[in-house]
Amino acid sequence: MKLQFFCVGFINAVLGLTTLTFTAQAETVFITLEKDNALAVVDPIKGELIKTINIGQRPRGVAISPDNKYLYIATSDDDTVKIIDTESLKEVGQLPSGEDPETFALNSKGDRLYVSNEDDNLVTVIDIINKKAIAQIKVGVEPEGIAVSPDDKWVVSASETTNMIHWIDAKTNAIVENTLVDPRPRAASFTADNSQLWVTSEIAGTLMILDVKSKKIIKTIRLDIPGVSTDKIQPVGIVIDKDMRWGYVAIGPANRVAVINAQTLKVEKFLLVGQRVWNLAFSPNQKRLYTTNGRSSDISIIDLDNHKVTKSVGVGRFPWGVVSKP
Amino acid sequence: MSRVLLIHSFLIFLWSINLVHADEKQLIKIAFISQEDKVPAALSNLDPFIQHKGLMGADIAIKDNNTTGQFTGQKYEIKKILIPISADIIQEYKKQVSDDIVFVVTNLPTEQLKKITELDSSQWKLFFDAKTIDDALRNEQCLDNVLHMLPSRAMRADALAQYMMKKRWNKWFLVTGPSPDDKNYSLAIKRAANRFGIKIVAEKQWTHTYDARRTAQSDVPVFTQENEHDVLVISDVQGLFGEYFTYRTWIPRPVIGTQGLVSTSWHRTHEQWGAVQIQNRFKEHAGRWMEEEDYGAYLAVRSIGEASVRTQSNKMQIIKDYLLSDEFALQGYKGKPLSFRTWNGQLRQPVLLAAARSLVSVAPIEGFLHPTSELDTLGFDQSESSCNNVPNKNNTLLPEVASERDSKSDSKMEMIKTKLKKLIEQITRQL
Repeated sequence: MKLQFFCVGFINAVLGLTTLTFTAQAETVFITLEKDNALAVVDPIKGELIKTINIGQRPRGVAISPDNKYLYIATSDDDTVKIIDTESLKEVGQLPSGEDPETFALNSKGDRLYVSNEDDNLVTVIDIINKKAIAQIKVGVEPEGIAVSPDDKWVVSASETTNMIHWIDAKTNAIVENTLVDPRPRAASFTADNSQLWVTSEIAGTLMILDVKSKKIIKTIRLDIPGVSTDKIQPVGIVIDKDMRWGYVAIGPANRVAVINAQTLKVEKFLLVGQRVWNLAFSPNQKRLYTTNGRSSDISIIDLDNHKVTKSVGVGRFPWGVVSKP
Repeated sequence: MSRVLLIHSFLIFLWSINLVHADEKQLIKIAFISQEDKVPAALSNLDPFIQHKGLMGADIAIKDNNTTGQFTGQKYEIKKILIPISADIIQEYKKQVSDDIVFVVTNLPTEQLKKITELDSSQWKLFFDAKTIDDALRNEQCLDNVLHMLPSRAMRADALAQYMMKKRWNKWFLVTGPSPDDKNYSLAIKRAANRFGIKIVAEKQWTHTYDARRTAQSDVPVFTQENEHDVLVISDVQGLFGEYFTYRTWIPRPVIGTQGLVSTSWHRTHEQWGAVQIQNRFKEHAGRWMEEEDYGAYLAVRSIGEASVRTQSNKMQIIKDYLLSDEFALQGYKGKPLSFRTWNGQLRQPVLLAAARSLVSVAPIEGFLHPTSELDTLGFDQSESSCNNVPNKNNTLLPEVASERDSKSDSKMEMIKTKLKKLIEQITRQL
């Protein structure tokens, strides 16, 4: 009995130790490569590309399941969302995404996927467990940015030509309100406390902060960069840290990431990254930020303690989406 | 039992309000008017001749507007007026464009456009010219009730000149065809050259016959033995001889202008800034590539959509004021917000520089600066424009003001209704 206890204790200790070393050391970043039809796997600690695997035609949007076991990847020209095992990197299934899926959002429970179908002006709701489309919601013209609130209450869809944020009740899958925003809204992201929604406008070069309760714009921030012509200010991807201290916005062809104080809603600085920076992802511990740089075929790694770009890693042609796992 | 009945009657009441609500969608009526074109002589059968260009573009925009309208309580209707070549434009226009249609999108040549916009009844309407590129219409002959969707000749020539300046290809050999359009195009080219410090080192009229067997191999080399030049600029709007020049010149020189590298508002090679989406949607709808006139008509109808959504109005003067204000910003798949020049109604927009199978650049080219908008480095700027007929932005047309009051009281009614609806909802919930 004593021995058994000892054994269990020992095993636990060993296991604990290994998990500890893993969380401290190992981390994997996955990047979809739009033009290479591939997925790049990067070790961000070493700053090395580990491998590249073929994934299907024109992979773009990517998300990871809450348990970090599966990747969901929109292979736009195959009209599907593929499920990839994060360990074996093998395809284990597909989800019926509707035509030309580009961006999608996963709820926090990990059982619903919301896909923008740009050509059909629809948002498709997918039940991940049963691999079934359970609803299609008519939205404005050319829906693109999509996000689920952390409490899984709201799904928002940004339509690029209608210039609206559509507020979809996640319970009923029906639009309950619409907010007119600056032209060509691209990405949307909720704050961790569900109180704000951040939305970028590609054409106006702005970041809009919407109040979730009133569904109104409470602040519009112009992302002008001294010395950079205004037509290059095309904000796209947004992430906000879980403590709501900092928000980060990728500014496309301006090749910069805006660092925004999430408390004062002021731009603190711009970090120079690779060319046409598109999407952003935190490391699991939110110590680092990864950016996909479409034109320069690389990702930039930003150290968030110092707000410094520490490394860029070449990954392949047109890196688009990015996620990380411990 | 009575409670059930009560709930039931409330529900019916609710439903009827909803119905009324649906019926009371604000209607925005638009006319699209186009007159059949004479089929011109063509150099080859590669490009099919398309009648009533613009119609398909307007179609798609109406669909887009109505998709947005379902969320804003607005409905867009388009009346398509396609006039035969022999018919009288004024008669047809008077017959078909009733007083309740205040927005008119035109695919008409300059002369026809002038005829209908100068009618007395037209001063209550706003016209969206989706075809002409005439500089005169944006200057000395400008009309205060017309907005121009396509870039003028001057804007196109300036776009080419800016790119040539960047390449430092600043010695031009200009070849002009015999038609008035060719001559006007050459005037714009000369203006641009003068504006950007480009030298026209040689200039010739093309008067030869159009027979490919003779002109192509033998005539062009002889014709192009001219002063040392960097590029050959062709003015051949109809496309009757310009294509013969590439690869057949005396010395190896690129061809630009109406052939070779062209400047245009839309091109099938354009896929940046979401353009690929509209290209695909258009092809699916029309079964062909989107032409400039389609893009113009698309933008016209989308402008009306955008202005009516933002102002929640269908009144001409309110829409016009909004379109000419700083507020207006139209997304046109070209990376920058599009807006109108208040001095001549020209749509401010980037101009594409395209070769047959690749997009070469987009003007304004980086480095050409302007105090207010770099887009105004293209074409006639405010100080250069002789349009003293500035679109009457502050024109207070009495009937419009009166109807504006109506629409305000409409919105009050709307508010009362929604309040009532919410109240009833509350009661039903409590029941």
